Amino acid sequence: MELTRRDAIAALAAVGGAGGAAVGYRRLGDTDASESTLPDDGHVRETMVAVAEVVYPSELSGTEQFVHRVLDSRLEGAHGDGIRAAVAELDEQGRTWHDGAVVELSPATREQLLRETGADTAEEDPDGSIAERVRYFVVNELLLALYSSPTGGRVVGIENPQGHPGGTESYQQGPPNR
Amino acid sequence: MTEPPVENADVCIVGAGPAGGLIADRLAGEYEVVVLEAGPRFDPEERLRRQEMAIRPHFDRPDVWGVGGERDAYSASGERFYPLNHARVKGIGGSTLHWQGMVMRLHTDDFRSGSTRGVGPDWPISYEDLRPYYAEAERELGVSGADDNPFAPPREEPFPNPAFPPSYSDSLFAEACESLGIAMHSVPNARNSEPYDGRSACVGYGTCQPVCPSGAKYDASVHTDSAETRGATVVDRAPVQYLEHGPDRIEAARYATPEGEQYRQEADAFVLACGGVETPRLLLLSESADYPDGLANSSGAVGKYFMDHLFAGAGGILDQRTRQNHVGFLTSESHQFYDEADAHTGPFKLEFFNYAGPSPVELALSGEQWGDELVSELRSAYGNSLAMGGLVEQLPREDSYIALDESVTDDHGNPVPEINWSVGERALRTIERANEIQHRILERVGVDIEWTVGPESTGPAYHHMGTTRMGTDPTESVVDPTLQTHDLDNCWIASSSVYPTGGAVNPTLTIAALAVRTAEAVAAALSGSRPERIV
Repeated sequence: MELTRRDAIAALAAVGGAGGAAVGYRRLGDTDASESTLPDDGHVRETMVAVAEVVYPSELSGTEQFVHRVLDSRLEGAHGDGIRAAVAELDEQGRTWHDGAVVELSPATREQLLRETGADTAEEDPDGSIAERVRYFVVNELLLALYSSPTGGRVVGIENPQGHPGGTESYQQGPPNR
Repeated sequence: MTEPPVENADVCIVGAGPAGGLIADRLAGEYEVVVLEAGPRFDPEERLRRQEMAIRPHFDRPDVWGVGGERDAYSASGERFYPLNHARVKGIGGSTLHWQGMVMRLHTDDFRSGSTRGVGPDWPISYEDLRPYYAEAERELGVSGADDNPFAPPREEPFPNPAFPPSYSDSLFAEACESLGIAMHSVPNARNSEPYDGRSACVGYGTCQPVCPSGAKYDASVHTDSAETRGATVVDRAPVQYLEHGPDRIEAARYATPEGEQYRQEADAFVLACGGVETPRLLLLSESADYPDGLANSSGAVGKYFMDHLFAGAGGILDQRTRQNHVGFLTSESHQFYDEADAHTGPFKLEFFNYAGPSPVELALSGEQWGDELVSELRSAYGNSLAMGGLVEQLPREDSYIALDESVTDDHGNPVPEINWSVGERALRTIERANEIQHRILERVGVDIEWTVGPESTGPAYHHMGTTRMGTDPTESVVDPTLQTHDLDNCWIASSSVYPTGGAVNPTLTIAALAVRTAEAVAAALSGSRPERIV
């Protein structure tokens, strides 16, 4: 199943642009990452695409363009800084434990890194621990965009998932291939 | 900076929810109207951000509209815990920003519970008295509905918008209900099935409660904005601290500002429209030598008889796809058993859910898997749920009330509301009866029932009613049938707090109808004339 431009637009209709849900990433000064050491956006985008390859289902194509389009507006404001800082910290963990930034690791090692970080079991929190912030700004950022889009919804059986303004037709229709 | 008080105001309205907004809109232009709202003015551009908060697991429901903290502190005692902040909003629009948007008329017998059901007081007005105002309220809110409910009270005018068609999920119930002799019918919704009043038709975001990003769901900012356009002054972040008064009249509403100042808003007439908790609280806070037990409380009824609707529900799994969570509203109900109510069992309505079971996106954000494993989990968890809900009447009881908790204060040093909520045996029996019918329907559909919300686990529907009850006897009620307080010559209360009994339908359409009626009473009082339609 292919993620399309429409999916990216739909995802943005769900999650909005600049700012994200949090009042903002507020703990920049409390972490190892300072504003001057935040990675550039090109690297952030590559990293998010690399993580998407792990957290998105294998049956999807068009992931790279989808992630880029979503990030076009999600990298603005304090929420964008939260994403940058979480990517920086994930990279730091990757270098410490696996001798490479996220984008330099194999998909299997990337997944291992995410689990070692604790992002799989952590509850998302924009102001929490590294695991909670990676869950919020990286893993859940990607999952929210995907599963509130029509294609992401269809993967699990709902063409108009919560957050997607898909109209008032689909709720009246029966399941496909009945 | 907060603007200074308006000079020569005719009307000061406290609260910018549906009652306050409608009255302000009706009176603006002809009268100098000031609305004082405790909460902020929310930016419509931020609704997508609020929707994200509604979906993301990090945020609790009250976070979506900034509820909580010292400003909204409260105490809960009594028989059952009452989670007051779960579904209320302070701000322009009030709790309609959060609400589900179901707008039925009360049934005819709801107005005469004592006479026909043998319990509770009768309302001092009848369905016929309110009937034309219901029609006006439906137009104001842009209700989408159909005249297909055989159990609803009589009506003449069509709904302003057509009803939303039934869901596929409704169709799964239809055969079972038919075989059981249970009628299903449409649900009047305060959301646009077609563009209406400058607002779009519903686009299916699916997060109606707690936020509609499209504005297709009515919220009271519609009328507050309209009132402002027509000349009303709307002051946000202006919580009223005290109502200055003499023995017969309110002289000024003293309100706080974000800058830490306190202003006095004088007016010829005052309308209290801050809901079933904050309205009695403000009256109790405004005690004086003239009113030692609280303003307008010579009856002792202010804060008493706190009622809510109780939820009854059941659901489970069906061995076929049920198509849930495409939209966040209901399209079918049954009021078949509503008017069987008597002293033993109360009225109740049955709801057929369109959002049973988990939402895949919400589930994805809180799971412990990702990739293909997550997809497997989501496919397994989503798609086969089916559920019913229902609302049950609670009778007014003296041991269910709102008081002041002097031991806890809010951000301005005022005692917080204390909610003492007790529901009574009749309501619990009614929940059992609703569960019995729900189980019968679900079993006939073929659902493997997995959960039931019954008498032990029931919770409130966040419909705050009864705490400044309406009546003709000044020793037993707070407001008269025109909603003017018995004690004060220039004070009206527009809120579900005036309901003598609650019925079992969602209260906001009745709030709106009463508000339209109250606007007439206030206008007549200001002009020294007799209201044309109010006897």
